[in-house]
Amino acid sequence: MQQIIFFFIRNKNFLLFFALFLIALSFTIQSNSYHASSFVNSANFMSGGVYSARSSVSDYFGLETQNQKLTEENAYLRSQVTKLQNISETTLDTTITDAPYFFMAAKVINNNYGNTKNSITINKGVRDSVKVDQGVITSQGLVGIVNNMSEGFATVQSILNTNSEINAKLKKTNHFGTLAWNTKNPNVVQLKQIPRLAPLVLGDTIVTGGRSTIFPEGVLIGTIIDFELTQDDSYIVDVQLFNDMTNLKQVYLITNTQARKILQLEQATEDAEQ
Amino acid sequence: MQNSEIFQNIIRFIGLALLQVLVLNHINFLGYINPYLYILFVMLFPFTGNKTLLIFLGFFLGLTIDIFSDTGGVHAAATVFIAYIRPAILKFSFGISYEYNVIKLNKVATNERLLYISAMVILHHLVLFLLETFNISHILLALKSTLFSSIFSIILIFSVLILWGRKR
Repeated sequence: MQQIIFFFIRNKNFLLFFALFLIALSFTIQSNSYHASSFVNSANFMSGGVYSARSSVSDYFGLETQNQKLTEENAYLRSQVTKLQNISETTLDTTITDAPYFFMAAKVINNNYGNTKNSITINKGVRDSVKVDQGVITSQGLVGIVNNMSEGFATVQSILNTNSEINAKLKKTNHFGTLAWNTKNPNVVQLKQIPRLAPLVLGDTIVTGGRSTIFPEGVLIGTIIDFELTQDDSYIVDVQLFNDMTNLKQVYLITNTQARKILQLEQATEDAEQ
Repeated sequence: MQNSEIFQNIIRFIGLALLQVLVLNHINFLGYINPYLYILFVMLFPFTGNKTLLIFLGFFLGLTIDIFSDTGGVHAAATVFIAYIRPAILKFSFGISYEYNVIKLNKVATNERLLYISAMVILHHLVLFLLETFNISHILLALKSTLFSSIFSIILIFSVLILWGRKR
């Protein structure tokens, strides 16, 4: 017994190091699995507070470009409204249901893009009824998916994260693929598993596929700048993002109001098949 | 440790952590190269101080950086590693006598200081980037990041030490 105690005392530094290293390693492994939201994240009270304090200062430096972006978006939305007004004058439909998607504005308070697994911190949390797996976009295109949150803040797993896999398609021909990132360039992502038959042209637009309940169909992603045929007879396409991922300020969170119904239905079908 | 030394270390811990997460994590030189200055805390911790305490503090410093930069536990792992291995590196760079003589980092010969800083930085960055990529097929990327970030960090830490050393 005494020997065991002596052994512990003699090796206490190594044992302590080993225990703490294992804890750190388990945090790392946890953060690498997609579905488990990680315990260590920047959506907490402390880091969220520090980041929003910083962003309340640094925001002033980018006001002009942010203004420019919002004005452009306003102009686009105005043109959409006039289009819709023309339609609604001629049709009288009393059975219009609620809009399937609901958008909420949020502000980016911290943005990483230099690592292989990047994430973004935003200033909306449980208090604003943010939920895990909500899609996040800007006026120009796709940003990522919410993965952790606290009372007042949430973290978003950016598309610039090797764990991200988002369903996307060619706008012209509806060929589906999976969007991933090879860590090389923060403004270029890769679209994989595009079938060989798909007619690819440089400059074609890539949009979200709408096969999941996270993003609506047709959210802009980017344009094709390069493609290559792999050995398993499918294309890997380099996509230049419309978004500048290194300069994000205003984002929108998407709530799919019918997500629960769709998921319930899918669950019921799965149960029935078993 | 004396009271003034404890106080100095607390200030250094908080100051370096804030500097790292608010400024240095956002440099992204050439797209992905960031210096990691916060390990200066582990390097400057009193050479004759309590080793167990240093391992604890290293872990919490790393964890703080992890919380702010959403990286799981990679900084905690890398920092606790260099905190544990520091006595061996001290012996390697300053010779066996470091335990008996009172050595100040800004008083030793430049080549010994450079050796100490480089060994600590490279070991830290190697563990950091290997865990961060967490993928055998991306090992080349991890080594490349280690090389470039190490150069950046070593230059920064060396200049900070020169600037601080001159004041006293």
